[in-house]
Amino acid sequence: MSQINRYDNRLGIWGWLGGGRWGAERYAYILHRITGLGILFYFLLHIVVTSLRAKGIYLWAGHGFLHQPIFEFAEYVVFAAFAYHACNGIRLVLVELGFAVGKPIEPVYPYKTSLNVQRPLLVCMMILTAVFLAIGGYAALIE
Amino acid sequence: MPGISNAARLITFHVTRYNPETDGAPYLKTYAVPVREGMTVLEGLHYIKDNLDSTLAWRYSCRMGICGSCGMFLNGRPGLACNTQILHIADANLTVAPLPNFEIIRDLVPDLWTMFDKHRSIKPYILRINEAEINDPAGEFYQSPQQLESYLQFTYCIKCGCCMAACPTLATDARYLGPMPLTAAQRYNADTRDEGRRERNALTGTSTGVFRCHYAGECSRACPKGVDPARALQLLKRRLVLDYLHLARRIKRCEKLHGPGQGKLLPDIAAAPKGTVG
Ligand code: HEM
Ligand code: SF4
Ligand code: SF4
Ligand code: FES
Repeated sequence: MSQINRYDNRLGIWGWLGGGRWGAERYAYILHRITGLGILFYFLLHIVVTSLRAKGIYLWAGHGFLHQPIFEFAEYVVFAAFAYHACNGIRLVLVELGFAVGKPIEPVYPYKTSLNVQRPLLVCMMILTAVFLAIGGYAALIE
Repeated sequence: MPGISNAARLITFHVTRYNPETDGAPYLKTYAVPVREGMTVLEGLHYIKDNLDSTLAWRYSCRMGICGSCGMFLNGRPGLACNTQILHIADANLTVAPLPNFEIIRDLVPDLWTMFDKHRSIKPYILRINEAEINDPAGEFYQSPQQLESYLQFTYCIKCGCCMAACPTLATDARYLGPMPLTAAQRYNADTRDEGRRERNALTGTSTGVFRCHYAGECSRACPKGVDPARALQLLKRRLVLDYLHLARRIKRCEKLHGPGQGKLLPDIAAAPKGTVG
């Protein structure tokens, strides 16, 4: 008998990140992970930069290295990531504790799922994020 | 009502082919299929098998959305070949691939074994503390319509695996139990006849269990039966958290009725007709 192979068809990272035709919650999930990891990376960087003062290096003092426009902008991106992560995180806490998914129902076509139940919460949280971004952007510009 | 057109339109099927004895990796093969309004993907595959290429393999049985055999990846989304109409999802091209996140046995046939193994592991049946009661029942359990509704939706699962193919967590971690088995766990946990929740918690609450779900919601979007696995999983999480904190409200378990023929008859109900057989 000839050899029988099996093909492992797991999607891997592509299945996590891509695929294309997915819904809003899927993108919220991807962005939540990216922003979470981003803030974590920022924290690590933050520790490195601030600990440099032990060696007498103050990258942020006066018109120092960190006051170039690119870093000012990056700071805003970190703020934006945090605003999104926190707002969406509150939605996830509510949803994953079973508060915003509704009760089990008889499935009647066209199906309505828990996604429809929590969608208004998602919209509210995104509006809240936008408000934070606007306030933060305004505060950064007038500074 | 708009008239149904009988004119056939040519749709190019891009079908994944894989022969386990000769191919190292799957490849795409295209077939031109004349499609009429109302034709399902399953009918399209039959057309190919009958007229163009008899070697094509796929799995199906009921052709009416009941058996759960024909789950496939249609234009990049999981769905049943038998309840997906071609013209609803394609105007010129249609990709037909086996469900991802499973091994491919041949062509469009995925190996659902990993899903069934996980399903079995969560004990998808009524567990009672008193085992003798199940093996030697003296009556039936009473359950109110409200109690039935608390899990009924999750019983409609046909184990097609579409949700498993859609889940981004399963795409990167094969050990995750996945939406179908965890939905089954919630289905039995919420059943007032069942007393096995704590036993299942030991599995559903682990690092391969329900907390790997991040509510991307793809399972519920993919499910052809409206089972809403994402809802089941969040309710399962809630219960696990409450159990962990010892805050869970005690659900009143089913009371047993007396055995057949021993119940009290309501007045004004006519006697049953005489048996006509035997
Ligand atoms: C108000 C503040 C925050 C809230 C409400 C919040 C909420 C959450 C929630 C609910 C999750 C779980 C999401 C899920 O189940 O998919 C999560 C994940 C995560 N968070 Fe936060 N978070 C906050 C701040 C932070 C901060 C400051 C960091 C960085 C140090 C961070 C990094 C992460 C990471 C890396 C994940 C994992 C993402 C994943 O696996 O998908 N979070 N956050
Ligand atoms: S809601 Fe949970 S189980 Fe369903 S697809 Fe998303 S991560 Fe997977
Ligand atoms: S929950 Fe839905 S998609 Fe998943 S196996 Fe059951 S019927 Fe299929
Ligand atoms: S053939 Fe049975 S579900 Fe499609």
